[in-house]
Amino acid sequence: MELHKLRRVYIEFAEIVFRDGFLDNQYTQLQQLQDESEPKFVLQVGTLFLEDSEKLLNELRSILDQQDVDFEKLDAFVRKLTGSSASIGAKRVKDVCMTFHDCCKKGSKEGCRKCLQQLAAEYRLVKRKLETLFKLETQILAAGGSVPLLSQ
Amino acid sequence: MAVDAEAQFHVLAVDDSLMDRKLIERLLKTSSFQVTTVDSGSKALEVLGLKEDQTSTPALSPEHNEIEVNLVITDYCMPGMTGYDLLKKIKESSSLKDIPVVIMSSENVPSRINRCLEEGAEEFFLKPVQLSDMRRLRPHILKGKHKEQQLHQEENSNTNHIIISSSNNNNMSNKRKAMDEEVLSERTRLRFSSSSLNVI
Repeated sequence: MELHKLRRVYIEFAEIVFRDGFLDNQYTQLQQLQDESEPKFVLQVGTLFLEDSEKLLNELRSILDQQDVDFEKLDAFVRKLTGSSASIGAKRVKDVCMTFHDCCKKGSKEGCRKCLQQLAAEYRLVKRKLETLFKLETQILAAGGSVPLLSQ
Repeated sequence: MAVDAEAQFHVLAVDDSLMDRKLIERLLKTSSFQVTTVDSGSKALEVLGLKEDQTSTPALSPEHNEIEVNLVITDYCMPGMTGYDLLKKIKESSSLKDIPVVIMSSENVPSRINRCLEEGAEEFFLKPVQLSDMRRLRPHILKGKHKEQQLHQEENSNTNHIIISSSNNNNMSNKRKAMDEEVLSERTRLRFSSSSLNVI
């Protein structure tokens, strides 16, 4: 696809991603830090987010699988995920984390289980969005263009 | 990125999260700082030339290149040595206590913030740290350097510099406490409102 079309597809796709709250302005902040000296910055940070999240979700799962749930440990991991989702701008993931944090404080096993399910679902969704954005961004850069800055 | 005519200051960034280290490094470099990142408080102390149980750097350390650090920015929540512990060690060290320290955290806990400011932290940044936060760093570095210069000047004059420098510290810490309360509430307000702004 030629550059002009790529950019259009990217902007249209990103508009929906932002409109639906999958990503917020923090993602734009990261884009603004990318330039010729660090052309893959957003891709690198995004990849780290995805790797961290997979690990954290696994940790959360294994804690909740225990007979006696260590809610403090659970909460510590939830807070980590809150932090990293905030850093990439994954708003919906972050919002579920906040609810999850409340359930941990209440010591509600059922509540936490539900939150984990929701979290895993939101993560899968934002993962797909991010991977699509990264693919388009890479193609735009390869075609010699610059990635359009997105606005909320 | 334009080359700064000003001196390039060196910031030591401490965070156990690789993702956050990448982010803070980029923010700092974009703001024309020289950056060293480490993943723990103990590694930070190594870079600063201080072993965990020391209170001052050895007079001669031939193994260390003299890397001058102008500011330390550290995450609060880290396994082992927290950012607060690191802050304490720096402020308790005779050789390092004048290095400005900034704490970062993804959680807005007023008691935590106050504790850090009282222990001598210059500022508290709420994560995710923004590019605009980087502008607040230089004044802290320059203030420290100015203090250094003042002390040198006083040492060269005949005045009783010991009394002057300690009363300066008292005034500055009282001023800073009062100022910090104001700055804290202002910054907290700004933090809550910045998320609704469109930044392009």
